[in-house]
Amino acid sequence: MVDADELRTRVRRFLSEHDPAGTDRLDFLRARFDAGLAWVHYPVGLGGIDAPRALQTVVDEEFAATGAPDNDPLTNTIGLGMAAPTILGHGTEEQRRRFLRPLWTGEETWCQLFSEPGAGSDLAALSTRAVREGDEWVLDGQKVWTSLAHTARWAILVARTAPGAPKHKGLTYFLCDMTDPGVEVRPLRQITGEAEFNEVFLSGARIPDSQRLGEVGQGWRIAMDTLMNERVAIGGGNTAREQGMIGIVSETWRQRPELRTPGLHERLLRLWVESEAARVTSERLRQQLVAGQPGPEGSAAKLAFARLNQLISGFELELLSQQGLSYDDWSLRRPDSTELTSRSPGYRYLRAKGNSIEGGTSEILRNIIAERVLGLPAEPRTDKDVPWKELPR
Amino acid sequence: MSSPNLLYGEVEQELRDSVRSLLRDRCDWTAVLARCESEHPYDRQLWSTLATDLGVTGLLVPEELGGAGAGPRELAVLAEELGSSVAPVPLLGSAVMATSALLACSEASVASEAVTTLATGSAVGTVAVPLTTAPDDPFPESVRAQDATLSGTVPTVVDLEVADKAVVPAIGEDGPGLYLLDSSAPGVTRTPITPLDLTRRIGTLELDRVPAPRVATGPRAERALHHALTTAAGVLASEQVGLAQHCLDSTVDYVRTRYQFGRAVGSFQAVKHRLADLWAGISTARAVARDAADALTGSSEEAGISVAVAQSYCCDLVVLAAEEHLQLHGGIGMTWEHPAHLYLGRAKSSQLTLGTAERHRNTIATLGALPAP
Repeated sequence: MVDADELRTRVRRFLSEHDPAGTDRLDFLRARFDAGLAWVHYPVGLGGIDAPRALQTVVDEEFAATGAPDNDPLTNTIGLGMAAPTILGHGTEEQRRRFLRPLWTGEETWCQLFSEPGAGSDLAALSTRAVREGDEWVLDGQKVWTSLAHTARWAILVARTAPGAPKHKGLTYFLCDMTDPGVEVRPLRQITGEAEFNEVFLSGARIPDSQRLGEVGQGWRIAMDTLMNERVAIGGGNTAREQGMIGIVSETWRQRPELRTPGLHERLLRLWVESEAARVTSERLRQQLVAGQPGPEGSAAKLAFARLNQLISGFELELLSQQGLSYDDWSLRRPDSTELTSRSPGYRYLRAKGNSIEGGTSEILRNIIAERVLGLPAEPRTDKDVPWKELPR
Repeated sequence: MSSPNLLYGEVEQELRDSVRSLLRDRCDWTAVLARCESEHPYDRQLWSTLATDLGVTGLLVPEELGGAGAGPRELAVLAEELGSSVAPVPLLGSAVMATSALLACSEASVASEAVTTLATGSAVGTVAVPLTTAPDDPFPESVRAQDATLSGTVPTVVDLEVADKAVVPAIGEDGPGLYLLDSSAPGVTRTPITPLDLTRRIGTLELDRVPAPRVATGPRAERALHHALTTAAGVLASEQVGLAQHCLDSTVDYVRTRYQFGRAVGSFQAVKHRLADLWAGISTARAVARDAADALTGSSEEAGISVAVAQSYCCDLVVLAAEEHLQLHGGIGMTWEHPAHLYLGRAKSSQLTLGTAERHRNTIATLGALPAP
């Protein structure tokens, strides 16, 4: 197995052969992929060298230290975090070779066409239809809450191929070309005034059967794999105390004594303790991952993050008093960043409301914890073994 | 600031396993419940076995003083396990508070000799402060030292009825001092208080001109007491984690097997969401309690803030756990013959012990530069 020293040597050898300053950015990234130094835990020939996943940071740090260009991962979060592992896990050899390299270099970015107006928490109820016509599938339906759809070249998509089967069994997974004339992307304006997300309308969109991922009817199982990968991304590095929202309100408290009241002080200290406790909990989770003892605490981290962001952003408006009555900008913008700390307190308050809905509502997360971690029985289900087309909706 | 180690090491896991297996044999809840109304509410034999067979009553004490030469991290694991069984043993008074206080005075030979007797389990100790005293409280003034004798009254002293020795903070002619009291000395009166927590007892200590040697004086005495209370508050967070985890586990077992309306009650979202939240809270409590235990192994200022965070989080969480334990057991949880009340009594009392959450948040206000209006 490759170790950290071996990886550093490889990166240095690569850099001695490919001067980042004198090479075209895309050529440099393609060469990095071909050298197996893109995502080191991927197989040889697909951008990796079968190294432990934990060693990726070693490679990224080596490249960053020389000022080499990166693949701008924030513009392709869905591609890198969700589409790529799914294509690796379920794609044919041909699909892996076609899609993974331009995905990693950022030449082709991705979005995710899963949620629908009628299928949010109950994703398996989705109703976008895919009908086979010769070597193609014809798609009709509507997807929603699609980030990056307006910039993405490709989408991972789940559609219903067998309406007569029970809902989990009639789904199939596709790779959809976003430039197809049957795909229309419209901005979806949200309560902050901006449009981070899109609605995507599929009207006779065509997908060749060669872009079906996995077997017909296997879509649900593959989609679950995709969503698992969404949750692996948490953890990150060891963060310092008072980072994020609690740092902002703590600084306001220190700088502006005229805003202080006893009631606000009590609440600030409670929020400070909870934020610090959440930080230490994430750090413990990180240490467990590094030690090879991954725990289920990740789902708790998202619950805490959502709750705290909402409480702190609400607190911040009260602390700011008159200033808390104002808002920075209601215009319909297409933001590059959704970092809560980047805009005004009013924006933070409104945007944080989404934290307990997006990526699994807090209620669904509690079900997951209760059933998968604590082993409690599921609610009785009336929809599981019934043909999808007979379900009330 | 280097990263604290928030995991359990191999030695700590082994310690946990051996304590757990002893408690399984010797401290099931029916025995704890039977003992709490008996003549002997403390299980002295269990404490002796913990001392002689497992050697865990002196985890903080260096080997040259007869201890195990371990530290707060290991002591915290012991506290988790004893908390999980609400074991009626003098952990807090003897192995944590008195031991930490005496170790901080160990250049006095009477203090180091006393530490050895606590470590080997041949004697039990306590610190004569009200159990609600927070680490940042001013040095207690209820006992006066005059002509080398102590006089005064201290209420709610933990583990008092089984304590052979007590470290007594007192004010003498030249200021604060810590004194080492032999509780069998003439002039000592110990009066048990009927406790809310049946598994950890308290009592009133009255002293009438009792001779006792001084083991620390002035700022050294203040530092030693502060150190003992900080260590105890940090270790208590781990005891609360152990107790909360027991409450969760036992509730999950119950709601899986209790059927109403033709379903396991644990299948109702109204029930499972509460347990999911409790599980998440315990994950966090465990992280901050480990952080505090790790911080206590250093002498750094970090210990102050880590302990304050851990205690302000865990002391409320443990009460939530014990209250959910009772509520989700329904009627059976309200009966004397079910152990829920033993856990509730310990949890609620421990919330007041060594400072409430509010007191610890005030410490954070000071150390974290978040001043009151």
